[in-house]
Amino acid sequence: MITAAAADAALSWNLVRDVRQMFAYSFMVNAFRAGTVVAVTAGATGWFMVLRRQTFAGHTLAVAGFPGAAGAIWLGVGATYGYFAFCLAAALLIAAIPTAGGATAGRAAESATVGTVQAFALACGFLFVSLYKGFLGGVNTLLFGSFLGITDGMVLTLTAVAVAVLAVLAVLGRPLLFASLDPAVAAATGVPVRALSVAFLIVLGSTAAEVSQITGTLLVFTLLVIPAATAQILTPRPALSLALTVLFGLLVTWAGLTVAYYSPYPIGFFITSFAFGLYLLARLAVHAHDLLGRTARTSHPAEAAA
Amino acid sequence: MTVRTRSAQVAVDAVGTVLPPGTDRPTAVNTAAVLFRNAAVRLGGRLVWSGVDVEVAAGEFVAVLGPNGVGKSTLLKAALGLLPLSAGRAVVLGRPPGRARAEIGYLPQRRSFDPSVRIRGIDVVRLGVDGHRWGLPLPGGERSRAAGRRVVELVELVGATGYAHQPIGRLSGGEQQRLLIAQALARRPRILLLDEPLDSLDLHNAAAVAALIRTICQTAGVTVLMVAHDVNPILSSLDRVIYLAGGGAVSGSPTEVITSATLSRLYQTPIEVLATSDGRLVVVGQPEPPAAHTDRHDGTGHS
Repeated sequence: MITAAAADAALSWNLVRDVRQMFAYSFMVNAFRAGTVVAVTAGATGWFMVLRRQTFAGHTLAVAGFPGAAGAIWLGVGATYGYFAFCLAAALLIAAIPTAGGATAGRAAESATVGTVQAFALACGFLFVSLYKGFLGGVNTLLFGSFLGITDGMVLTLTAVAVAVLAVLAVLGRPLLFASLDPAVAAATGVPVRALSVAFLIVLGSTAAEVSQITGTLLVFTLLVIPAATAQILTPRPALSLALTVLFGLLVTWAGLTVAYYSPYPIGFFITSFAFGLYLLARLAVHAHDLLGRTARTSHPAEAAA
Repeated sequence: MTVRTRSAQVAVDAVGTVLPPGTDRPTAVNTAAVLFRNAAVRLGGRLVWSGVDVEVAAGEFVAVLGPNGVGKSTLLKAALGLLPLSAGRAVVLGRPPGRARAEIGYLPQRRSFDPSVRIRGIDVVRLGVDGHRWGLPLPGGERSRAAGRRVVELVELVGATGYAHQPIGRLSGGEQQRLLIAQALARRPRILLLDEPLDSLDLHNAAAVAALIRTICQTAGVTVLMVAHDVNPILSSLDRVIYLAGGGAVSGSPTEVITSATLSRLYQTPIEVLATSDGRLVVVGQPEPPAAHTDRHDGTGHS
């Protein structure tokens, strides 16, 4: 299908014509629709995930989608349902870890349990793939993503879940930020820290299920972590870095889709490479800025002494 | 020392705003801000302390002292209602603990944000103002602007204007501590519960932060309950000392409690309190806490 699309897709110097040619295919329109929805959702959820340092949990929830989707295909149900069912189940499983024994002990127990869940999920996925013979080509798609064959129904499902996730984040946002940065004080002022953490894991599970369908279960970090990490490097202002996260996610997704349309190579690679490039640029920019700032500061020794 | 006087002066100017005019504040000593009667707390089956009687009047500056692991932080958590009492009762601002949380500012022990935390100081203070609210603030709304003004006021109060816009993870321990005190003051609390706020600060910063807390207590009438490892930086401004040891507590004025006789009785071992020429106190012979706490409480020696 990729070769079929690429055969009559030739890049010219007329950008408008190129874009019009790309959007002449309904599968490309749906790919852009789904990509946009997924990038926005992943940005908003990922920003909180990076702040809460739950990237490992995020990755595990995404990996849990692999046996979900493989199992769903084996049983003849839509892969979308498999993703959501398994990601949410894994979220509830991780949320059920008791956090007694202080924050640090709770976190250590969490990462060990999360790792266990991840290993088991991958093993189950491999089993389901083996049970469904002749499915081997699909494994790549499940693990590394594809933008082909996205139906109108899938776009609708993705949008509905995205609206729900964004609404929940809008309502929980401030207390969630408080509980993420400073759980002890948040709890003392009456913020339900434990309930928020469970709610966030469910949001994270839903988002991971969404993102997996575009980037594959192994490359979810592309949209879930990299844009948020890049934005948080660039600015410490919460509202601005959240906006930048969504913007970066959209940019790399659109660029990745466009390049993947004209190239025979997989989309996951392109989106990830663009995101990685942005991240490197941000690190370099901040490093250069710090160097300049340090030079400026040493020229005012009186201030340093105060 | 100029820095200290300056920040204390700012605090005097701005502290009037901690309480809105006309706020009903019990001035009489008869209304206890915090009251524990024969209270006990169990944590995971272990009796932390029992038979604790504490009465803190409104507007008092109180230090909670005692060796490591004796349950000083537990006392603050019990006052917040974060830990239930296993026996006895507690009253905070005339209500059961936990019902008064909106009027308590809390600074937990040894929090520091590591350099990777990319949130500005003023954002952390802002969380104290409206971080508990659900939903998103309207960026131009009246409530949002009021919260913004409050944050500026608080940052000035603690003398952190110069660095409040930097990422909090990059600030020094003293700078972070000031911003966290501003956060604890955000909702105009009537009680401040501070858990070792001077710990890990150098002498200069410890003195400045202690002066700030004293000013807040005296000018705004906020009751301060402060867990301290070293009583000396705040000794001159204390109204009362609560000394926890061996599962129980002694409470009274510093001159009553921090004496050889009282502490020896509390620890059931000879203890000497020495005063240096500049008025500082040194406690000698304080037993180290036993490695396994169960040894101490399972024995019949105490209480």
